[in-house]
Amino acid sequence: MKLDSKIPEGPIAEKWSKHKFNVKLVNPANKRKYDIIVVGTGLAGASAAASFGELGYNVKAFCFQDSPRRAHSIAAQGGINAAKNYQNDGDSIFRLFYDTVKGGDYRSREGNVYRLAEVSVDIIDQCVAQGVPFAREYGGLLANRSFGGAQVSRTFYARGQTGQQLLLGAYSALSRQVSNGKVKMYTRSEMLDLVMVDGKARGIVTRNLITGEIESHSAHAVVLATGGYGNVFYLSTNAMGSNATAAWRAHKKGALFANPCYTQIHPTCIPVSGDHQSKLTLMSESLRNDGRVWVPKDKADSEKIRKGQLKPTDLPEDKRDYYLERRYPSFGNLVPRDVASRNAKYVCDEGRGVSTTGLAVYLDFADAIKRDGRAAIEGKYGNLFDMYQQITGDNPYETPMKIYPAVHYTMGGLWVDYNLMTNVDGLYAIGEANFSDHGANRLGASALMQGLADGYFVIPYTIGDYLAKMPYDKVSTDHEAFKEAESRVKEINDKLLRIKGNRTVDEFHKALGHIMWEYCGMSRNEEGLKKAKTEIQKLRKEFWEDVNVLGTNEELNQSLEKANRVADFLELGELMVEDALNRSESCGGHFREESQTEEGEAKRKDDEFSYVAAWEYKGPEAPEELHKEDLVFENVKLTQRSYK
Amino acid sequence: MSSTLGKKLLMALTGLFLVIFLVVHLSGNLQLLLNDEGRAFNVYAKFMTTNPLIKTTSFILYATFIIHIVWAIMLTVNNKKSRPVGYAKVSGSNSTWSSRNMGILGTIIFIFLVIHLKNFWYVMHWGPVEMVKYDGVEYKDLYATVDVAFSQLWYVVLYVVAMLGLMFHLFHGFASAFQTLGLNHVKYNPVIKFVGAAFAIIVPAMFAAIPVIIYFKNL
Amino acid sequence: MKITLKVWRQKNAQDKGGFKTYQLDDVSPDMSFLEMFDVLNEQILKKGEDPVHFDHDCREGICGTCSMYINGKPHGPKQTTTCQLHMRSFSDGDTIVVEPWRAQAFPVVKDLVVNRSSFDRVIQAGGYVSVNTGGVPDANEIPIPKKIADEAFDSATCIGCGACVAACKNASAMLFVSAKVSQLAMLPQGQVERKTRVEKMVAQMDEEGFGACSNTGACSAECPKEISLENIARLNREYLKAKSSSDNV
Repeated sequence: MKLDSKIPEGPIAEKWSKHKFNVKLVNPANKRKYDIIVVGTGLAGASAAASFGELGYNVKAFCFQDSPRRAHSIAAQGGINAAKNYQNDGDSIFRLFYDTVKGGDYRSREGNVYRLAEVSVDIIDQCVAQGVPFAREYGGLLANRSFGGAQVSRTFYARGQTGQQLLLGAYSALSRQVSNGKVKMYTRSEMLDLVMVDGKARGIVTRNLITGEIESHSAHAVVLATGGYGNVFYLSTNAMGSNATAAWRAHKKGALFANPCYTQIHPTCIPVSGDHQSKLTLMSESLRNDGRVWVPKDKADSEKIRKGQLKPTDLPEDKRDYYLERRYPSFGNLVPRDVASRNAKYVCDEGRGVSTTGLAVYLDFADAIKRDGRAAIEGKYGNLFDMYQQITGDNPYETPMKIYPAVHYTMGGLWVDYNLMTNVDGLYAIGEANFSDHGANRLGASALMQGLADGYFVIPYTIGDYLAKMPYDKVSTDHEAFKEAESRVKEINDKLLRIKGNRTVDEFHKALGHIMWEYCGMSRNEEGLKKAKTEIQKLRKEFWEDVNVLGTNEELNQSLEKANRVADFLELGELMVEDALNRSESCGGHFREESQTEEGEAKRKDDEFSYVAAWEYKGPEAPEELHKEDLVFENVKLTQRSYK
Repeated sequence: MSSTLGKKLLMALTGLFLVIFLVVHLSGNLQLLLNDEGRAFNVYAKFMTTNPLIKTTSFILYATFIIHIVWAIMLTVNNKKSRPVGYAKVSGSNSTWSSRNMGILGTIIFIFLVIHLKNFWYVMHWGPVEMVKYDGVEYKDLYATVDVAFSQLWYVVLYVVAMLGLMFHLFHGFASAFQTLGLNHVKYNPVIKFVGAAFAIIVPAMFAAIPVIIYFKNL
Repeated sequence: MKITLKVWRQKNAQDKGGFKTYQLDDVSPDMSFLEMFDVLNEQILKKGEDPVHFDHDCREGICGTCSMYINGKPHGPKQTTTCQLHMRSFSDGDTIVVEPWRAQAFPVVKDLVVNRSSFDRVIQAGGYVSVNTGGVPDANEIPIPKKIADEAFDSATCIGCGACVAACKNASAMLFVSAKVSQLAMLPQGQVERKTRVEKMVAQMDEEGFGACSNTGACSAECPKEISLENIARLNREYLKAKSSSDNV
């Protein structure tokens, strides 16, 4: 299979404008003859569905939540990047592009990233026009903050709830189209299969989560905006319902899955406190603007702290190791996420970690409070501090916060070309569900940017190019392809319900998460990965023999929903390991112990691995086939990332 | 006016009008305490029932009472329908008791109002009332009727209980009316709250004091 | 900790439902309330019974999915979401009563799961600024005083969980509706549709069967995002202004 990324020719700054001119358009009167399915209503899905509706297409939007407003984009805290250069600090589209490619450790496509940076400025305008209450200065203009991996202030924010405000903006646009009759909204509906007719994506099969009914929906194109797969790890900052089922089942229908091993571990999460823990809570990265990360210099002090014999506030300055500031003098506490996470792991591995588990480092605001006053810090991070105190019972104004890395975002996803179409005709993937813009590591405040860029400003253009070539004819849901997909979905559900084994779905999920975190987490090596592969295969076999799913299909059945999702995680997990094994270099969030510099930094192997690894499904229990899309860099010089 | 907000607006406006009425009524009642054998009170009563302007106003007042009561019933019925199945356990710590029981308090006041109207208002207008003459002009001796009524313990108790009900009703109702009218401002909220609370205590207390004083005077 | 739970069980919308009592012997004070329910469900599943269904998703207090009425209060004893409520807020040996949200406009789906799509329909009635994608002015073209932007943000933080409705003795949605109306009424972007928005949203709110506001303040006292009663006053004001001056008869 030849992977054609369809990046337009020409200088990078002109690619997108040229492409927009070259794509085919659908006449306004004809748009109503086309139906588009959008799965997922987060930032990418809601903005795409709303924009399609505005253009005149008939849209069917699906989400598994009870309302589109609850998609997990809502939980993003820190902000959204845009190359507005409102701060007059030297920002530009090119700089945002450059920072993003560099931050992604040179494993993303130049063309896509430049376009992302280009449309970033429009996003802010759009959101403000919708009534999104971004933070402002006293003069009434928009405020910015700085974020990891950048030396300019280009992040727009709405206190610590930027994702919420942006999602509510997109949700309001979507609601408007629902009331205009252009979007039909299906809540509590989960996509369980993709339907292909004559080699093109023509619909989906869903399960109504209330009645259990298996329903078919037909359209001219299908857009997946279903988010990432971080929940493979069981414990992550994802929502409990976040899952990979839609993307994975599309993968099994032929869509390639790209770079599955690229997962981002977020450095500032609240550490795990016990076995009962169901999810990890993130503390916005913006905290690193003012907080200083440290652990005791001496292992003995850490031990005392762990045992509760010593309070962190009693440890004198000269006995503390501000290890990020020490190792990376120019970026200090603002190094990119992967670097910050890995360093936290190192110091904890050295036995210098704090908290009862030894798996935590301090994030200290004492200096910032001394410098700016408590009120200023409260103004910036008040709600985050409150949240921290609510969960841990500690007061971060008085004692340093404890943080530890946690799985947060997955850069990998369905392979897409410049038009955001997968290798399956008529199947698109946008937002976190695709792989395209972040390379091997995503910079802070870039996920919101990408989700909205894809949904508002990219796919509304590129989908027209495809639809313009499609006949208006609709495919009936009585078509045998739909019937076949429906019966397959029913078969899987029946199978899950029939097993009636001894272990609950959650037990399997936890076991999988444990394997993934241990061997395919922050630091990976060949031996561990091989072991993980065997263990996952074994676990998957046990799952299909011993899982216990009660109840019936014909009712609200949360166990059955989970079982479907975990079944897919058990397959996707193995592919992640496979991909991590294949990529024996270190890059971004993917750190292979075999490939590091003398200083212990990630070492890329550009000659061997400057490609996108896109995997093709070859049938149950058969190894997936690797396809490579070579990455070409014309505008950015590949360097060893350095934040020193 | 058919929306819930419209109905509430009507409740607020009629409520505030009734608050004004309370002040007028109280100023009249206080004359009962003058040591003049009820002369000032009887003159006042005649003025209130014969002056054409006051008479017109009184019809507005009747309408206000009716609207306040009928709309309250409509709202309550509607509100009950909004939660057909109730909770097994409810904690009241998130709001004041009176705010949650305006209907009950209103009902107490309503029952009192019926008895009160029968005893005085009906009697004054159509009932058998003895006449007195001041400076050659005939007046109905309502004072005597009141005096008799206020010598009965059950009536005084009823009066006091009703005024307690009114107090709690006003305690919530006064400030609530402003909120419904959209008058909520950080600067003025404390003033509204204070005036509302003061009004809710002082006015019913003064109303209640009158029968109590007369009762003890006549012992 | 030992905890006794009295949980509302209802098979589906048609079922009459009733309370069922469960015993949990090993509850850690560090668990969130929902994690305690996870443990309960694992225990129930092991016995081969149907687990308790409840809504939950982000578990960090922002998605607004979780919705339990705990010991007579929405989201339990603390002013937060159920997912952010921790067992350290209870004592060893406590009996906890857990019910679904109760409102005509929030019918029970199963156990503790209710249908809150009425909220979506209220927003669809007008909770937006009618701008299409693209062609909007530069974000800094209209300066907005910081105070206004902050206040609008305070209103916009509503997570749509429905605790206000659940807490209100009349199951009124005034706080929810007023938060959205306020946000857009304060911002310059919301001015164009200011009057029609409030009229349509209130009409939809009534049609969904929410009750009237008695100004008890229970909604705001229970709101996990501390949406203030000022919003309700503003909604009343906006509605009065709109009704008295708009062309819609």
